[in-house]
Amino acid sequence: MSTKGIVKGIISNLVIVEVDGPVSQNEICYILSKEARLMAEVIKVVGPQAYVQVFESTRGLKVGFEVEFSDHMLEVQLGPGLLSRNLDGLQNDLDKMEGVFLRSGEYTSPLNTEQLWDFKPLAKAGDKVQAADWLGETQENLQPHKIMVPFVLEGLYTVKSIVEKGSYTLKDTIAVLLDVQGNEIPVTMVQRWPVKKALKAYKEKPRPFRLLETGVRIIDIANPIVEGGTGFIPGPFGTGKTVLQHAISKQAEADIVIMAACGERANEVVEIFTEFPELEDPHTGRKLMERTIIVANTSNMPVAAREASVYTAMTIAEYYRSMGLKVLLMADSTSRWAQALREMSNRLEELPGQDAFPMDLSAIIAGFYGRAGYVILNNGQTGSITFIGTVSPAGGNLKEPVTEGTKKAARCFFALEQARADSKRYPAINPIESYSKYIEYPEFEEYIQKTVSDEWIPMVNEMKTLLQRGKEVQEQINILGDDGVPLDYHITYWKSEVIDFVILQQDAFDKIDALCPIERQQYMLKKVMGITRLDFGFDNFTEIMDYFKKVINILRQMNYSEFESDKFKEFEKQLEELLKERITQKNQG
Amino acid sequence: MATKAFQKIYTKITQITKATCSLKAANVGNEELATVDGNLAQVVKIIGDEVTLQVFGGTEGLRTNAEVVFMGKAPSLRVGDQLSGRFFNAFGDPIDGGPVPEGNEVEIGGPSVNPVRRKQPSELIATGIAGIDLNNTLVSGQKIPFFADPDQPYNQVMANVALRAKTDKIILGGMGLTNDDYLYFKNIFSNAGVLDHIISFVNTTENPPVERLLIPDMALTAAEYFAVEKNEKVLVLLTDMTLYADALSIVSNRMDQIPSKDSMPGSLYSDLAKIYEKAVQFPDGGSITIIAVTTLSGGDITHAIPDNTGYITEGQLFLRRDTDVGKVIVDPFRSLSRLKQLVIGKKTREDHPQLMNAAVRLFADAANAKTKLENGFDLSDYDERCLDFAKEYSSQILAIDVNIDTTEMLDTTWKILAAHFRVEELNIKQDLVNKYMPKVS
Ligand SMILES: Nc1ncnc2c1ncn2[C@@H]1O[C@H](COP(=O)(O)OP(=O)(O)O)[C@@H](O)[C@H]1O
Ligand SMILES: [Mg+2]
Repeated sequence: MSTKGIVKGIISNLVIVEVDGPVSQNEICYILSKEARLMAEVIKVVGPQAYVQVFESTRGLKVGFEVEFSDHMLEVQLGPGLLSRNLDGLQNDLDKMEGVFLRSGEYTSPLNTEQLWDFKPLAKAGDKVQAADWLGETQENLQPHKIMVPFVLEGLYTVKSIVEKGSYTLKDTIAVLLDVQGNEIPVTMVQRWPVKKALKAYKEKPRPFRLLETGVRIIDIANPIVEGGTGFIPGPFGTGKTVLQHAISKQAEADIVIMAACGERANEVVEIFTEFPELEDPHTGRKLMERTIIVANTSNMPVAAREASVYTAMTIAEYYRSMGLKVLLMADSTSRWAQALREMSNRLEELPGQDAFPMDLSAIIAGFYGRAGYVILNNGQTGSITFIGTVSPAGGNLKEPVTEGTKKAARCFFALEQARADSKRYPAINPIESYSKYIEYPEFEEYIQKTVSDEWIPMVNEMKTLLQRGKEVQEQINILGDDGVPLDYHITYWKSEVIDFVILQQDAFDKIDALCPIERQQYMLKKVMGITRLDFGFDNFTEIMDYFKKVINILRQMNYSEFESDKFKEFEKQLEELLKERITQKNQG
Repeated sequence: MATKAFQKIYTKITQITKATCSLKAANVGNEELATVDGNLAQVVKIIGDEVTLQVFGGTEGLRTNAEVVFMGKAPSLRVGDQLSGRFFNAFGDPIDGGPVPEGNEVEIGGPSVNPVRRKQPSELIATGIAGIDLNNTLVSGQKIPFFADPDQPYNQVMANVALRAKTDKIILGGMGLTNDDYLYFKNIFSNAGVLDHIISFVNTTENPPVERLLIPDMALTAAEYFAVEKNEKVLVLLTDMTLYADALSIVSNRMDQIPSKDSMPGSLYSDLAKIYEKAVQFPDGGSITIIAVTTLSGGDITHAIPDNTGYITEGQLFLRRDTDVGKVIVDPFRSLSRLKQLVIGKKTREDHPQLMNAAVRLFADAANAKTKLENGFDLSDYDERCLDFAKEYSSQILAIDVNIDTTEMLDTTWKILAAHFRVEELNIKQDLVNKYMPKVS
């Protein structure tokens, strides 16, 4: 018999429950009010009292209300039909909810139990299987979707029977497994998994090394992320975190994209589900929404469910990774999740850490980022979860616990800078401070040499050196004045500006410039670096500025034109003419 | 507020702090209203049979044997068409001498709109102020504050915006308004002859600060009635949200919560988001747009109140005095409308996005030139041209006294740019330059 309890105290969304039996940490319970069953999670136990955080408004709750414990932790349902869904942080299907306003205690299943799915067996009777092995396959939005041995099953099993190719609902048993004792375990196309537990049903987790093309030049060229890599985007408000994540989600070469809107604006979620059904995935030509899942706990939705939302999204990502897919997971913003933890920790009167965040914040962040990664499945296939989170540092100051904790956990750092945003140099990623640790991986270098080109990495390094040099020169010009430095300094500075304006900056709202596939990136990088290697002759610094502004202008026009179109080539010709005007004899030699 | 006969009266307060009192009571709901010697209070904590009340008017002079009566409901407002044209206090009681309006009683601070029931905002709000319409275009369903130092004329600008925007209702939520500002709003609305579609909820500096906490929810509950039930376009004005947040910190600090940055409660982000996220565009045409004021101290936007606000709202309008032209301008650097890309170049002329960016970039170059000048360096010809441009741009476009339509704003900007710059200095798409840039003779 499951445990029951009685409400003894209410402090905002923290409720104290006196229980009549055993409970476990993180167990889900329901508070029975007159109108609804309010879902809550145990977060602390002291003697017979369980402290639970309620995932809903606690208005009207009274001491004496009954509580039912569920005997399980917060779980999600995993099965075909999750793609294209708009879910809340607890995995309720938002589209299935009635009315304009969200109602307390309304829970809707993300999956449709009536729908028929075409099932094709991949395993056969007699096969030895373990958790996450592929039993069969169905098609979800025309993508193969594997039906797997339930993740909760430990050890080895034998397939006793499996259904034939045909149409089945999620309620139908599609296979029967036998455990070592000979007990029968029926398997359907749906399974459950507790969100806070990492899903580890894979063989190994090697270092990731394959470039994940994002279509954003400053990332792919200067700070590349890899399939199964991790990155984070800190930045003050308005510097472009959300725009950058949306840009990546539209263009990245991923099979599945999961957007966790965590404690941010509802209109940003609306933007996704308004635009994604119309926009095309540049790699497959299919509609973006077909590969996308939205997990939305916007800032006005219950705070406790905010923490759950990122875990829900990660668990769904792990599910698709187990099918051998490339999953891209984005969370905007992880700071809101940390704040939710802080609110609760304060209510529990725990000893506060820095800025009143919980002491173990760093460990919680690291644990979460650790669930991403590139894995080799038990059958030898590979899958990945690439995770990119945003961080919203208070006052824009990066010396705060969430940024610092995340910096230890994530391998790519895309630092958005107020000054760049103010001067509309978008994406406002600081090119000097930002980094990708993957560049240093020899296996990544090898991969790039094979798939992109031999010159790529040396050229990128050359570019970075020039950017660094440009910055130093600019500082000197600022101190000594335009006339106080040699003309060469001005040339160096303007060459670095060419890189900034043409390669680093990218207009996310221009149809053409927004999307830049790797071939085009390579072409433009070569072109720009070619120009920076040229030797120019000038008489004074105003000439230099005027000239390079023209160069930049033409190159930007190329960025705005369809790749290799007539217009593109026309501008390219203009550029060649312009270059001829000023290059010196040395270049011919 | 009359108490009903069957209600139990408690007379044994066991604890009193500056903003709260506690007593033993049974069958009390969380967030329920109560009266303490006739003054309104709200349940903020229940532990066993001990109930803690936040007393809106403060606890000065409160007796331990004060009469406490629980009202069995959370704070609520009677919503209906009779709200139009009326003035109320923070509790929703009329302060204009008129009758108590009739209507359905609904709890304030109610549930959130399901995000999938929202529509993407797409309707431009024209204000005539170029610093807004050109560079930071507003859209119905948006939430955006003015960031301004206390000496800036933010209430005047806000009133202008409200009167020029084409909306069905304007709802004013005044928090800690000075009596003069309260009368200013009353006058300007009545002079414009629009009082009948204005509703005001006002807490002045003469009212207890904690009462302010009810104002935004009151205003937004009324807004939801007109936007949802009547499909109306509602504009909600909230001034000053800094004073609202100050009231929050008073309450939370008195409830022994651990303060986070700038002695604000750790829940400040969620508290503010709950208010601002009420801004919405509904599919049936109704909308709630929120324009707020967040006063700054010494222009510091890293303070917890503006900082959290900026993370929540869809941009901010930053007012500052431009000493070069002697006018208050909408600062193009720190201001932002995040929804502008939904309308600019779509509902306005195609050159709008690129032209706007080019002008702001050149205005930034002018700022650099100014720094150079101040540091005693010679200015180049380009620097000089930037400075000349900046003066014209600031007084003809950015100043808050500008009142022209969007096409005229675009034409004026082109004219100023063409007078000072060459095409290659603009970085604007060639097609647009050919089509819209005036030829200088
Ligand atoms: N790549 C970009 N191209 C053009 N504009 C951008 C770009 N990135 C950001 N912006 C501008 O900055 C604004 C704020 O960006 P957003 O991503 O919402 O900021 P954050 O999430 O950091 O608060 C956007 O509304 C847009 O006007
Ligand atoms: Mg954002």
